[in-house]
Amino acid sequence: MNLLGKLSWDAIPYDPIVLGTLAVVAVGGAALFVFMTLAKKWGWLWREWLTSVDHKRLGIMYIILAFVMLIRGFADAIMMRTQLAVATNGSEGYLPPEHYDQIFTAHGVIMIIFMAMPFMIGLMNIILPLQIGARDVAFPFLNNLSFWLAVSGALLVNISLGLGEFAMTGWVAYPPLSGLEFSPGVGVDYYIWALQISGIGTTLTGVNFLVTVLKMRAPGMKLMDMPIFTWTCTWANVLIVASFPILTAALAMLTLDRYLDFHFFTNDAGGNSMMYINLFWAWGHPEVYILVLPAFGIFSEIVSTFTGKRLFGYKSMVYASGAISILGFIVWLHHFFTMGASANVNAFFGIMTMIIAIPTGVKLFNWLFTMYKGRVRLEVPMLWTLGFMVIFTIGGMTGVLLAVPGANYVLHNSLFLIAHFHNTIIGGAVFGYLAGFAFWFPKAMGFHLDPKYGKISFWCWTIGFLLAFMPLYVLGFLGMTRRLNQTDNPDWNIWLYIAAVGAFVIAIGIAAQFIQLFLGFKNKDKNLDKTGDPWNGHTLEWSLASPPQFYNFAKLPQVEDIDAFTDMKEKGTAYQRHESYAPIHMPSNTNAGPIMGLLATAMGFALVWHIWWLAGASFIGLIVAFICRAYASNTDYYVQPDEVARIENEHLDNVAKG
Amino acid sequence: MNLLLTRNLSKVALAALVALLAGCQGGVLDPKGQIGVMEKELIITATILMLIVVVPVILMTLYFAWKYREGRGEAYEPKWSHSTKIEAVVWIIPIIIIAILGVITYKSTHALSPYKPIESEEEAITVEVVSLNWKWLFIYPDLGIATVNELAFPANVPVNFRITSAGTMNSFFIPQLGSQIYSMAGMETKLHLIADEPGTFDGISANYSGHGFTGMKFEAIATPTREDFQEWVDGVKASGEALTTERYEALVEPTEYHPVEYFGTVKEGLFFDIIWEYMGDMGRIEFYGKPEYGAELPEGVILPKRERTSTTHESEEASH
Repeated sequence: MNLLGKLSWDAIPYDPIVLGTLAVVAVGGAALFVFMTLAKKWGWLWREWLTSVDHKRLGIMYIILAFVMLIRGFADAIMMRTQLAVATNGSEGYLPPEHYDQIFTAHGVIMIIFMAMPFMIGLMNIILPLQIGARDVAFPFLNNLSFWLAVSGALLVNISLGLGEFAMTGWVAYPPLSGLEFSPGVGVDYYIWALQISGIGTTLTGVNFLVTVLKMRAPGMKLMDMPIFTWTCTWANVLIVASFPILTAALAMLTLDRYLDFHFFTNDAGGNSMMYINLFWAWGHPEVYILVLPAFGIFSEIVSTFTGKRLFGYKSMVYASGAISILGFIVWLHHFFTMGASANVNAFFGIMTMIIAIPTGVKLFNWLFTMYKGRVRLEVPMLWTLGFMVIFTIGGMTGVLLAVPGANYVLHNSLFLIAHFHNTIIGGAVFGYLAGFAFWFPKAMGFHLDPKYGKISFWCWTIGFLLAFMPLYVLGFLGMTRRLNQTDNPDWNIWLYIAAVGAFVIAIGIAAQFIQLFLGFKNKDKNLDKTGDPWNGHTLEWSLASPPQFYNFAKLPQVEDIDAFTDMKEKGTAYQRHESYAPIHMPSNTNAGPIMGLLATAMGFALVWHIWWLAGASFIGLIVAFICRAYASNTDYYVQPDEVARIENEHLDNVAKG
Repeated sequence: MNLLLTRNLSKVALAALVALLAGCQGGVLDPKGQIGVMEKELIITATILMLIVVVPVILMTLYFAWKYREGRGEAYEPKWSHSTKIEAVVWIIPIIIIAILGVITYKSTHALSPYKPIESEEEAITVEVVSLNWKWLFIYPDLGIATVNELAFPANVPVNFRITSAGTMNSFFIPQLGSQIYSMAGMETKLHLIADEPGTFDGISANYSGHGFTGMKFEAIATPTREDFQEWVDGVKASGEALTTERYEALVEPTEYHPVEYFGTVKEGLFFDIIWEYMGDMGRIEFYGKPEYGAELPEGVILPKRERTSTTHESEEASH
């Protein structure tokens, strides 16, 4: 038996782009290592962050992961756009098909699973418990484990860059192309294990936050008193719990096909690839609502905060989000109207899809009427929101158009489709996360981002987006299909050039995001948020210090209104000094999360390369680590009243000064 | 103001874009067949209908943001958050638009069903389409010829396509003629198209199928008359070799940017064999071949007796 399975020196791809990237990563990694060692920060990093069960710190780490993956995914995007801008008129460009095919697959997987999902879950982690007046999530250790499983998946995708290959199937990995017959390499296996491991983490997150919302709301907060961001996250978590197991099952069957010669989705022996495609989208469609619903919640919070008003139509918003969630489960077939289903089947799924436009339209109108008779402050988060309302409306329209089967028959898989889903995912979800990032950054970190570069980032993203994706609508109409690695049609060239320019404008927007962060840190002392309520907020997170006390609430707040903190400020019950505090019960940090994440990575890697002994050993290790953690007794502690009093008084003194 | 200015600029850009589009050649907005024309009209109707909501929303967003911005001293009602009238309107308007669009969708989905034969006084011709890695095989069962990466048919004559795949999934698509449909191994899909005028149109695969996918292109030639088409057929017959089972096996091997090939004769029932190669594994589904499903057994072809499955059973029995 070969101890290294299929792994050999041949696994290193000798491609100048890949080797260059690896060199940069190695140099950067070495520099970071030296810095951390010289600064003697390793112990601090492990104790304070990596093993932390504090939802706020986990949220910050999720968002760091999202930004790192954004760079990777965007590098892929720039390569695709430049390839298509040079590979015109029959020229081959600089990326051979086997490289290009990996790039568009990695771009999709990374952007959706390892950029958007961590960003969304990160914001939810930081804010949701604060909004409902809880001291942590229901299962703090599980929360840490979920994060490390997400990191594990992200690691596997990135290891594939230097060892072996990534899938060349598109991010959907449709069989039979993703089956052993047509994809014998390790690429699809990396895809499977990266998604499986991170997907289990996501399912656990969904369970965790559902229980948190159901069991840990502050006294007095009924479900219909929950802040709207918490509500939309809750709907997203319902979708996660209901849909991610479908992905897990579909991938498990694909795994059996590839590893044990099963025939669920193969061409021969009675397999049927369309079953995978149905299952994939039964997860995949709810997945896009998992991404966008929390973004809708962020926009709702921002509109109401930056107009200084109550949110218009709160109940409508809650029911509309619920309707979107439920309808999201009965539209999956619109991803393959061209499979040859009967007219009645296609008409049903088309009409169900359109019906989703109704609650979504209602949401837009509600944001509009929140602005009506408000005091609109055009701060960075509000700019993102306005940009979203304009851009997303266009994306919604093209989505409904694609939902008409008769139109879909000519637009399916074209660049029109690419333009549409980037229009909704960038213009909806990503704009939402970046808005939420600017909005809640002072809360999470205690100081402001640089607003000038925040605005520059917004304008570059908006203009770059329009330049990069409006031409794709045109190209779709001109008959250009997706995933081509070169073109030979002079009519298309000009639009491909404009799209490439747009990608570079977005690159400036991303750079501006990092500059606003850098300047924020640099001028930290000048831009401190001392009161904890920089925007005159409505909800409970703004009643705490920035960054919040590690136990969140010294005394659980009594909630009497949807805008609980506004209500307290009006009644004069905000910022109360208490004579005495009770001890606070808190969870201890845990080594088990990062250790299990590492073991899961080892197991995934071993399964990709058929290193069976390592796969078995790391699987047993996972079980042992879990049992050890399950039987550990010192998993919690109490914060003593005098420490609570000291921290609270310090915060209240700051508020009084501010 | 900055915001408004840029928005207006983008509006102008959008208008220019639409104007440019109208002048463009090729693609789905320049249809040359009845199905494509209907689909273009459907796209335009649906878009106009949606613009009824979309344009006001975009304009109101910009107007409200400008009108109610801080410092302009407009009315300010921080507690105003509910109005039954407005809520009713914002639910009812999208409901009406979607109801109208729903009716249009139901009707057009039936009218444009790819499986629906095109009504015409002309007798339709049948083409069997097989997607191979990475090329298109076209078999004319009634004419006994086959081609690779070149498709011809007379203009104004309906074409009935029967489509399958011998490997990965692709999508058979001639953008200027209208609808596309997937090609899937072990399954037969149908598509009915017609060209309203003669011409040569680009044909592609619209579903990614691996390395050679980009080169999976073909030309679809609509000849002016049936006589011209016959000339093309004679040309294929004269210059082509025979597409036997062995020759087909060689053709199945993956190739990229495959040149056009002509076959003067074709093994009878080849298309059926290709489907049955995988459908034979589907267990006791024997609907394929029944006339009501539109696939009659070609003469002289005997149904293979699910070879793979039966051998497994036999060997199992033998081992008992």
